[in-house]
Amino acid sequence: MNDAVETVRRISGVNPLKCMKCGKCTATCPAYDEMEYHPHQFVDMVANGRLEELMGSKGIYLCLSCFACVERCPRNVKPGALVEAVRLMVIRQQEQNHLKPQEIPALLEESLPQQAITSALRKYRR
Amino acid sequence: MQRIGVFVCWCGSNIAATVDVEAVSQALSHEAGVVFSTNYQYMCSQAGQEMIQAAIHEHRLTGVVICSCSPRMHENTFRKTCERAGINPYMVEIANIREQCSWIHKDKAVGTEKAIILGRAAIAKVLLNAPLTAGTSPVTKRALVIGGGIAGIQTALDIADAGFEVDIVEKEPTIGGKMTQIDKTFPTLDCAACILTPKMVDAAQNEKIKIYAYSQVEAVKGFVGNFTVTIRRKARYVDEEKCTGCGLCTEKCPQKKVPNAFNLGLDTRRAIYIPFAQAVPKIATIDADYCTMLKTGKCGVCSKVCTAGAIDYHQQDTLIEEHYGAIVVATGYNPIQLDQFDEFAYSHSPDVVTSLELERLMNAAGPTGGTLLRPSDKTHPHTLVFVQCVGSRCDGGEKGKPYCSKICCMYTAKHAMLIREKYPDTEVYVFYIDVRTPGKNFDEFYRRAVEEYGVHYIKGMVGKVTPQNGKLYVQAADLLGGQQLKIEADMVVLAAAIEPDKSARPLATMLTASMDTNDFFTEAHPKLRPVESPTAGIFLSGACQGPKDIPETVAQAGAAASKVIGLLVKDHLVCNPCVAESNELMCNGCSACEKVCPYGAITYIDKEFRGPNRTTLLRRIAQVNPAVCQGCGACTVACPSGAMDLKGFSNGQIMAEVDAICR
Repeated sequence: MNDAVETVRRISGVNPLKCMKCGKCTATCPAYDEMEYHPHQFVDMVANGRLEELMGSKGIYLCLSCFACVERCPRNVKPGALVEAVRLMVIRQQEQNHLKPQEIPALLEESLPQQAITSALRKYRR
Repeated sequence: MQRIGVFVCWCGSNIAATVDVEAVSQALSHEAGVVFSTNYQYMCSQAGQEMIQAAIHEHRLTGVVICSCSPRMHENTFRKTCERAGINPYMVEIANIREQCSWIHKDKAVGTEKAIILGRAAIAKVLLNAPLTAGTSPVTKRALVIGGGIAGIQTALDIADAGFEVDIVEKEPTIGGKMTQIDKTFPTLDCAACILTPKMVDAAQNEKIKIYAYSQVEAVKGFVGNFTVTIRRKARYVDEEKCTGCGLCTEKCPQKKVPNAFNLGLDTRRAIYIPFAQAVPKIATIDADYCTMLKTGKCGVCSKVCTAGAIDYHQQDTLIEEHYGAIVVATGYNPIQLDQFDEFAYSHSPDVVTSLELERLMNAAGPTGGTLLRPSDKTHPHTLVFVQCVGSRCDGGEKGKPYCSKICCMYTAKHAMLIREKYPDTEVYVFYIDVRTPGKNFDEFYRRAVEEYGVHYIKGMVGKVTPQNGKLYVQAADLLGGQQLKIEADMVVLAAAIEPDKSARPLATMLTASMDTNDFFTEAHPKLRPVESPTAGIFLSGACQGPKDIPETVAQAGAAASKVIGLLVKDHLVCNPCVAESNELMCNGCSACEKVCPYGAITYIDKEFRGPNRTTLLRRIAQVNPAVCQGCGACTVACPSGAMDLKGFSNGQIMAEVDAICR
């Protein structure tokens, strides 16, 4: 899980350990009532490696990305950037479920339309 | 040829564990010039010193190399040891084989090799050392205190108490500083003015103390024991000798709309003013920015009403020059500007105030006569919200300060308690990140606010304050209660971070005293020399060195005074003999050294030299005043012809050390 924390830190450019737990992010958050994990908790959970819980939470999609927390954080911790990073983690993980292009030839079937193969390669050629 | 003795110290196991001391003393005994080499468990001990002295006599040593700890620790010890045995103290060199060798290496072979090399370098230097004799410089027995707040006043009183003359330079029209604006002091809740004003009066009445109020330090020259300071006495447009402080002019002046700086702009005063009733000196001052007479030449009311004839519209700033032996910096602090903290609506609502403004709003001599009223509509507030750490403990670059301002937790507890005591019908909320109350009776004080006075302490921060319909809507986090609070408040009080006074930075440049990145003065040693600046003769008192409350400031003021007294009781100071010296035959008179010298120690003279064929020629050459030179070596670097050299650290000696290391 430490690798995942490292990835979140890299994506967001934020060191969650800089947080002094003042709660100004939570005080300022307009989506407070909607989110099960409030901004200060979010930072604490990232710092303690509780990423799976965060990635499974609906709150990451309810965050408005208004960046009020980023603007007002006295420690430059940017909770909003962490939320965004966790969202990205989910998307990256989803990508892992897809086939890799080099795995496709082994799975090819005669009956598969050529067009489907081409479009799949186009979509995932990165 | 020199006869050198080498003494290798084990420092218990500090050195001996990573350096083979026996091998070092063996290896160094073969160096040229070395006639004796040994090692011992503790060279700095009495037995170790006696061993050195015995060896000096027995082997007729002319130079000594000690391989031990940093010269910062024991160079002086060993110099004195050798001096007692008849060797010039500057014939002693220390090879630092502890901090720079044993402590940083783990491998004994590596450590031993490096210790031998360092010893070799020291031997190479001693071979070129010459005996030096320290001169002396006289001490001007008078001190200057810059800043007339509680720190400066206390320092001046303590110095004067020891019988020395001391001058206070204060930039405001009166001494007293921030403490005059404070209502009550924690944790005893006694009136600040009642304990401060007697000290102000003491300072004014003390024969040894001279107060230059409404004055500023303009330039500082010289060095420890011999400073020459230029002081600008700003024009008050009132004759200090004649003014009786009756205050009639301050009542009659028709210009009534001047923001009252003493009350932080919460009310207005006249263009001619005395900051407050107990001002010292109690002399009126004309505010040139607002005085109609000074701006347009039409008015002159104050001059007409003044029975003493003290008003002088043509007064000019005057510069005076004074001599001092020591300088104490006591420039104090200010709350930071809150323009950048828009979320707290400080600039948008008059009911959002700083804690210092609240002091004035609660003070009997303040704009409301001591009744707590909202600045906007002069009504009694029922709900007050205090926000802690506004601008303190920030890590956002331009916005705020990275340090804890230290005093806010306590004064906020004081404010909350006083308000609940005086107005039991009010609800008081304090939003805190941490409550920091180290200090005698401090935590008990804070607990009393919570337990006895029912102040609502909430762990969390205020996110935003919205002024609407005469109310302040406060949105905040209650982290322990797990909720977002929305409070309808009447007043919001911000505990603004404190920062060093703006005058500190240019002053530090004048004094060549060092500062940290936050513009607090740096002390010579954070633990062992807390009231001295690294620059000799400059001392630190109060919040100019770091955030401090009143008891700490007074303690530091006394400590700085005792250091000053220790300096001023000396008739002469022993100078450092390691000063620059110019070789007049090599000097080409280019002035490069004079320009870089920070102490003004270099002057130029025209000297007659003998030329070929019985001719003489006049040449301009540099001369160093050894009493003024501090041995910084800047001139030796600047000199293009290599004429400047530092005694005891000559270019030849340093190159010999480098050669010995590279051999």
